[in-house]
Amino acid sequence: MRITQGCFSFLPDLTDEQISAQVQYCLDHGWAVSFEYTDDPHPRNTYWEMWGHPMFDIRDAKAIMGELKECRLMHGECYIRLCAFDSTHTWESLRMSFIVQRPADEPGFMLTRQEAGGRNIRYETRAYVAEKPAGARY
Amino acid sequence: MDTSVFESTTVKGQDRYRAGVMQYRKMGYWEPDYEPKITDVIALFRVTPQDGVDPIEASAAVAGESSTATWTVVWTDRLTACEKYRAKCYRVDPVPNAPGSYFAYIAYDLDLFEPGSIANLSASIIGNVFGFKPLKALRLEDMRMPVAYVKTFDGPATGIVVERERLDKFGRPFLGATVKPKLGLSGRNYGRVVYEALKGGLDFTKDDENINSQPFMHWRDRYLYCMEAVNKAQAATGEVKGTYLNVTAGTMEQMYERAEFAKELGSCIVMIDLVIGYTAIQSMSKWARRNDMILHLHRAGHGTYTRQKTHGVSFRVIAKWMRLAGVDHIHAGTVVGKLEGDPKTTAGFYDILREEKNAVQLEHGIFFEQDWASTRKVLPVASGGIHLGQMHELLHLLKDDVVLQFGGGTIGHPLGIAAGATANRVALEAMVLARNEGRDIMAEGPEILNQAGRTCLPLRQALDTWGDVTFNYASTDTPDFVPVAVASY
Repeated sequence: MRITQGCFSFLPDLTDEQISAQVQYCLDHGWAVSFEYTDDPHPRNTYWEMWGHPMFDIRDAKAIMGELKECRLMHGECYIRLCAFDSTHTWESLRMSFIVQRPADEPGFMLTRQEAGGRNIRYETRAYVAEKPAGARY
Repeated sequence: MDTSVFESTTVKGQDRYRAGVMQYRKMGYWEPDYEPKITDVIALFRVTPQDGVDPIEASAAVAGESSTATWTVVWTDRLTACEKYRAKCYRVDPVPNAPGSYFAYIAYDLDLFEPGSIANLSASIIGNVFGFKPLKALRLEDMRMPVAYVKTFDGPATGIVVERERLDKFGRPFLGATVKPKLGLSGRNYGRVVYEALKGGLDFTKDDENINSQPFMHWRDRYLYCMEAVNKAQAATGEVKGTYLNVTAGTMEQMYERAEFAKELGSCIVMIDLVIGYTAIQSMSKWARRNDMILHLHRAGHGTYTRQKTHGVSFRVIAKWMRLAGVDHIHAGTVVGKLEGDPKTTAGFYDILREEKNAVQLEHGIFFEQDWASTRKVLPVASGGIHLGQMHELLHLLKDDVVLQFGGGTIGHPLGIAAGATANRVALEAMVLARNEGRDIMAEGPEILNQAGRTCLPLRQALDTWGDVTFNYASTDTPDFVPVAVASY
């Protein structure tokens, strides 16, 4: 399966040229770009590992694409996402987030059901890869 | 209108309190020299007096009847600080291109209102005056809420930013669909639609306004099957999903019971209808805040009083009240869909819901500057006869912070519901990508969609089915002012 988190997951994987155009869009809006990676793609896994801090002071798409290249070299087997932060008052959060690298094989999630009282069911979503220790998943 | 009438006609001293009937404009409800205080609530009414009724007197009557006045002088006024409590009409303008109608600006002292109560505010402002005999028609057009009053409300339980954080969805409009047919599906069949639509790529599905607990589907059954669908779709996509479970019911106790059950089942969102009333809405907002729940409001019934320009309450006022009352989502029009919605008027509604400060924008129907004082933002929902062939227009007009709901346009897809959802999602992502790349989506929209359709069969089929459907009818609720070109120096 293909996990569809992020704002461009339904399109064919973006080329570096396309990613770079989105980076430029973020920079044009004054947002700080960062990369995060993980081998735990659970939909509620908020805190992916940070590839350094958000690049508040880098205003050049090329330099940012260079960081992505580095991140891919180290964590190419993981999911990597681009995040763009906006520090404007009353927003102060992400403006954009999309996956820029994904593992070749995405085994997906198991849904378990535990029958509870009445007709209630307790659901648990578990990534098949999460059975393995971190770092040995993909 | 003769401009020589723009002076105070208020009777002073003991003559003011002589028993009998006195014109409202003489009783202190017409004060053309009054300068509204920053703490005043201001209302703008469109007043259409009966033939022969003086517009100033009619406007003063609106001020009087929406504050302290009754039809005759009462001596008991003198036991109070009555000049403070009188609403003051301070400005009356003829409505452009509408002979016989006037815009009346009325200021209300903050002490006239109970803090944090839309019921009290509306009982004052619209409680009495709309049936007043000397008026042919009356419409509440806009209101300015002072920060001091805004701060007595909690505002949205979640707000746009936190909703995005909680659902991990950034950078594009949300996608939803209302389950169709509106009525008749069993719980089991209903959940099927939810599952297919969410698995196919939507973020949300939605109960319709009149899906409560009927013979064909009781509410508990719907909730249980819907949550099976939500969880299954979540596991199938690795993405957070939600379905607006309508908790609208006959009593507050029943609504709380339904909301508690939705929470117990792990739903991230519940919904209510506008017809439950302002107090019930505020109660549900408080409940949502206590229970980490997103609160969706369907504006069921609003068209009865918002649509006609001469009489009723403008939706921009309802939007302001609902931001204060504290809902997270509200239906606010689509412009291009099947329901009423002039583009500029609708833009005004969206600004009210999403901006931190509203500037005066007469061409959008916004008459007052409004400071929201960090009240969270409400996510507008565009629903009703929209389809993916309009994606470029929707993104251009409504921007990113909106839920685009394609009900028929998802469920009616020739290849099935999941394909319909996928087509919508691909069309949306392709359009956002293209816009961000700097392409002119209004000019190139159809081409961008066709291009995306080359690698997506469901999108191609959807374009073949609905590509050309439009709803072009003249709007009734339009702005009174158009931008005028003036020479710049």
